[in-house]
Amino acid sequence: MTDDSGRPDRPPRKSTRKATPRRAPAQKTNGASRRGSVPATEFTVVEPAPNGNGPAASNGVRSTTPSSNGTAPAPLPPAVEDQPGDVWDDRVARGLAFLRRRLGGDYEVDEFGFDPELTDKVFLPMLRLLYRDWFRTEVFGVENLPANGSALVVGNHSGTVALDAIMLATAVNDRTPNRRHLRLLGADLVFRMPIVSELARKSGGTVACNPDAERLLSTGELVGVFPEGFKGVGKQYAQRYKLQRFGRGGFVSAALRTGTPIVPAAIVGAEEIYPMLADIKPLARLLGLPYFPVTPTFPWLGPLGMLPLPSKWLIEFSKPIPTAHLQDQADDPLVVFNLADQVRETIQQTLHTLLERRPDPFGR
Amino acid sequence: MRSRPTGSVVVTGVSRFLGAHVAARLAADDRIGRVVGLDPHAPPAEFAHLLDGVEQVRGDAGSASTVIADLEAEAVVHLALATAPDPQHGGRAAMKEQNVIGTMHLLAACQQAPRLRKLVMRSSTAAYGASFRDPAVFTEDTEPREVPRGGFARDILDIEGYVRGFRRRRTDVTATVLRFAPFIGSNADTTLTRYFARPVVPTVLGRDPRLQFLHIEDALEIVHRSVVDDHAGTFNVAGAGVLSLSQAIRRAGRIPVPVLEPGLSAASNLVRNLGRSGYGLDQVDLFVHGRVVDTSKLVSEFGWSPRSTADAFDDFVAGHRGGAVLRREQLAIAEQAILDGIRQARATVQEKA
Repeated sequence: MTDDSGRPDRPPRKSTRKATPRRAPAQKTNGASRRGSVPATEFTVVEPAPNGNGPAASNGVRSTTPSSNGTAPAPLPPAVEDQPGDVWDDRVARGLAFLRRRLGGDYEVDEFGFDPELTDKVFLPMLRLLYRDWFRTEVFGVENLPANGSALVVGNHSGTVALDAIMLATAVNDRTPNRRHLRLLGADLVFRMPIVSELARKSGGTVACNPDAERLLSTGELVGVFPEGFKGVGKQYAQRYKLQRFGRGGFVSAALRTGTPIVPAAIVGAEEIYPMLADIKPLARLLGLPYFPVTPTFPWLGPLGMLPLPSKWLIEFSKPIPTAHLQDQADDPLVVFNLADQVRETIQQTLHTLLERRPDPFGR
Repeated sequence: MRSRPTGSVVVTGVSRFLGAHVAARLAADDRIGRVVGLDPHAPPAEFAHLLDGVEQVRGDAGSASTVIADLEAEAVVHLALATAPDPQHGGRAAMKEQNVIGTMHLLAACQQAPRLRKLVMRSSTAAYGASFRDPAVFTEDTEPREVPRGGFARDILDIEGYVRGFRRRRTDVTATVLRFAPFIGSNADTTLTRYFARPVVPTVLGRDPRLQFLHIEDALEIVHRSVVDDHAGTFNVAGAGVLSLSQAIRRAGRIPVPVLEPGLSAASNLVRNLGRSGYGLDQVDLFVHGRVVDTSKLVSEFGWSPRSTADAFDDFVAGHRGGAVLRREQLAIAEQAILDGIRQARATVQEKA
């Protein structure tokens, strides 16, 4: 089940991070400025001298006298003028416009509470750091996701905290050409908790129930679901990469009723982020949680124990399973269970092949 | 298929905004013969001029049977619902008396009226209750998962139950139940408009509910159309689209103050005990769970759609500019000032270098 399109998500970033920070790309066009030993101010825009008699362009080494500053000693432009091509000016202007829109309420929210602007500008950039630099996620089989139209992405659930769902959504957004959003279906516990519930809704999530799933699928969205639920996230480390039971198969009937293809997704790496060694059941019952985890670091190290271990992640999307021909059999339990089993088997097998590819859970 | 009520129409609750305006609209419609307003209270001066063409009968729902029988009413429009307890008029007990007992009496009278052809009932999207397991969008056939805490929402559930019974017994009457989203508009005066009109607005900490509004003018239009045309069934009536509470507060230029949910519930109790009409548990539930309904059934049946939630809210904002703390123009000015400031500072740094 090798996938030749699978490539590391990004080339190793260690090297690029060590490179000297090039703050003003305007300097790059000059070519010479990098060789010069001048500590040019960050905001200087070095204009390429058009006639070639500027000191920078003529000999390739910039003069060290600050007065010339790489350009002809013309008077500086008026202080408050928009400088075209100045990246930082653009960024500041865009940032301020974003703030103004947010503070004035000038944005759109869909009927599920999804706020695309907030997700694209705030949530996803932060998650991408975790996705790319912390977990070094590699993604295979993105071509199995439809470019347009709906699909039900079914994943394995693990990791004590449902980071795998969030990383799957980040992967979908990062790797699809038109930057699609994966609309996650979450347990009602998520929507019971203040703050968390609003973060979930604003990033495109909603309660896992058939009306919501069918509504999203019939409007052409990519929907992400984890049929193992808490049995999956809350399993102990010894059980890692063993798929749990798939509930009642409600996700299958939602796909059947809307005639949406099912895309199985296997996620490797989430099991190691918070390896759960034990579950303090009485404490869980007291707090109204499905489990209370004990990991090598939590609760011993306090808040530090909440830091996920930097495991290596692999995500593979398998071939879509078409359901359009079964649309009238959504209420046939046998069809539903067979299809759920097929999805489960696909994910389990893909997990095994991915694990063979990743001998060291914390390797590069 | 259209059965227009050429005879007499009885409208309840004409001493309130909705009832008075609906009665006035129906009276102005020459397809309708006679409009009779039934209300125990005299309409206040602001609505009195509207009711020129409306015959008024003072009387509570108990007298409905005689009124409906005497007039041989062909249509009954029941709008006399109290959405919040009014401490000056008996508080919650009187509210329940009016909503539930009043509706029972009215429906009993309707059942006995041989010439009745049409019943239009005011209901509310509060009929869907409030639960964390609720789907994001309610369609008309969604059942409430939990009995709501708020008095108004409970009354609505009872009222809809009675209408279901009435429908079974009088299958010849076209019954239209309109589940209205909260009303808004520049001249509407409801608990929610008073809430958004304050400069500082309390919200529930960690909750940003999705809200939908209905412009009050559109509510009048829908009631009018329900009386004139035949639209049997239950319909969600709301403006398309959604505003989150934080977004609505920002658009109105108000300042949100997040309060812990138990604190807000306690505060609402306290305010009620102090004899001021404030936010009931209905509002707290709305501000925790939010409420969004699907209006596709309404749009396809009536062939008309109310203005969107955002437009309805904009109209409200335009009418309440006075109380705004943070206006959009001010934000734009601040943005420009900061941008200029940063450019200036950078130019200065550049000059020194």
